[in-house]
Amino acid sequence: MNWRAIRAIVRKDLKVVFQNKGVSVPLIVVPTIILIALPALAAFAPALQGVPGTPFAGLDTFLQQMPPALQAQLAGYSESQAMVVLVLVYLLAPMYLILPLMVASVIAADSFAGEKERKTLEALLYTPTTDRELFLAKLLSAWLPAVGVAWAGFLLYTTTANLAAWPTMGRILLPNAMWIALAGWLAPAVAGLGLGFTVVISARAQSFQEAYQLGAVVVVPILALVIGQAAGVLYFQVGLVFGIGLLFWAADAVLLWFGGRIFRRSELAARL
Amino acid sequence: MERKPVIVVQDLTRRFGEVVAVDHLTLEVVPGEIFGFLGHNGAGKTTTVRLLNGILTPHGGTARVLGLDPVHDGPALRRRTGVLTENPSLDERLTGRENLSLYADLYGVPPGEVPRRTEELLQFFELADRADQKVGTYSKGMKQRLALARALVHEPELIFLDEPTAGLDPVAARHVHTLIARMGHEQQRTVLLCTHNLVEAQKLCHRVAVLEHGRLIALGTPTDLARQWVRSHRLELEVAPDSLPMAQAVLQTRWGISNPLLENETLILTGVARETIPDLVASLVTAGVRIYRLTPQEPTLEDVYFALHGEDRAPGPPPLGILHAGPDTKGRKR
Ligand SMILES: Nc1ncnc2c1ncn2[C@@H]1O[C@H](COP(=O)(O)OP(=O)(O)OP(=O)(O)O)[C@@H](O)[C@H]1O
Ligand SMILES: [Mg+2]
Repeated sequence: MNWRAIRAIVRKDLKVVFQNKGVSVPLIVVPTIILIALPALAAFAPALQGVPGTPFAGLDTFLQQMPPALQAQLAGYSESQAMVVLVLVYLLAPMYLILPLMVASVIAADSFAGEKERKTLEALLYTPTTDRELFLAKLLSAWLPAVGVAWAGFLLYTTTANLAAWPTMGRILLPNAMWIALAGWLAPAVAGLGLGFTVVISARAQSFQEAYQLGAVVVVPILALVIGQAAGVLYFQVGLVFGIGLLFWAADAVLLWFGGRIFRRSELAARL
Repeated sequence: MERKPVIVVQDLTRRFGEVVAVDHLTLEVVPGEIFGFLGHNGAGKTTTVRLLNGILTPHGGTARVLGLDPVHDGPALRRRTGVLTENPSLDERLTGRENLSLYADLYGVPPGEVPRRTEELLQFFELADRADQKVGTYSKGMKQRLALARALVHEPELIFLDEPTAGLDPVAARHVHTLIARMGHEQQRTVLLCTHNLVEAQKLCHRVAVLEHGRLIALGTPTDLARQWVRSHRLELEVAPDSLPMAQAVLQTRWGISNPLLENETLILTGVARETIPDLVASLVTAGVRIYRLTPQEPTLEDVYFALHGEDRAPGPPPLGILHAGPDTKGRKR
């Protein structure tokens, strides 16, 4: 492996990728909503309690739909505390996963399809890198920042969530074991999912926009988790996070194996 | 000097669907040579460059470049070749300097040498004052020069230049010509030059290959090709004014040239075979025509090109056994 070449490509990709508005705008907006706005709202949750028309109006009935194990977790709390814990610890947990997913997809779209669109791919193909080195460099260009953003986001979320919860809880809420597993184990796998999916799509897509839009489909499994939890089908706990992580890592492996097969110089050159 | 060929190509073939982009191409390029690839749009020049660098796989035939097989030794081969792509293929979001140092890293230029090497190239290509601006702000010519600098950043032994002067102004083009000539003649590097520009090919190339629909239709030095293919010359004949009617009569009766063009008191004769010039002169002199000047125009590569591609291909001796040469009756552009 020619690590110097790989480093050079990753460094260059990271330097230029944020100059693409299609990359930088969602990278500012989405984390702001998920990491700051949504958890901050939880601070107002107790005030909204019982207000008709808000999701918090019928908390009792909502809680009753939750799996018994989750109800047991919330048993010792007052109603407003239960609500804060439910939102900050559980309901927002799958939303957090959108972060690594989005960062990986957007950067991969720029790095794979965008390279072709900007016609910078050809010179890269003429370099003495092997197909595998080029592929690995491109993967790292998207995966490293996605994991970086996920981890920085984890710290930021922990801070905002604790601040928002303090008036109600009077104690530090996060991180707990589940959130550590979420950030440490599942988030990198989710980044890999967005990445692998976009890589496969980018082989056909002619432009950044096209790859980005098609790549958005990969958010479906994450939305399924959000809805699944809200509907009481599952709830985020260490075991589940670990299990989903295994599943996603396996999906990553399949997608990247497939992506590596189509990322062949001669195939790419034939589409220049 | 070692004369072992740098490029040996045998029956190289590549298709894209129905189109045969390169069709049983066979040729050799020797070290230190500036070798031209000439051909219309779509003749297969760019595809050949891609095949020879192992970024496209051939559907048939073999190639050896610097003793390596492009299909299997691609990375090792590409370390020693430099390619100026048809499209500059620069990252417009990086500065000129960043583009160069990125490729210096990719081509394995020793890290300690990268700053000096990039600076030298920026100076040489007169980009130093704009080196730290984004390439997106450069003019076409500046981009072309930067791409050329990038192709040379690792001092390759074998250089592929795909239309290096396309879109350059005459001054910049001349600059690039000087550079190419120097690479070939002084530094003994081998250059493979794809071009439509016949003047450029004539000026720079030791040998040229003319491609048509992926096939090699002629190969040789520009002079040889001219001898082989351009079988009729343009002659300028200036005679004393009182001899003019006599000259015209002789040309008409003896040589079948009726009403030759008269430009500035000079007769322009076309379609005269090289071998007949001595007899033509003799017959004029015998008839008492006083000749001031007879200037045969040396055929150029352009003539060859149009002879090869011309529509008036009359039967004639086929020098390469592929095509027939005919009188050069059209295509005079200059
Ligand atoms: N990636 C590709 N996919 C499909 N067809 C291709 C591809 N690359 C080249 N061709 C076809 O192969 C033929 C040769 O193309 P090539 O680009 O090699 O020609 P060229 O001599 O470089 O032309 P130009 O002077 O226009 O650059 C053309 O008919 C072209 O349409
Ligand atoms: Mg071309």
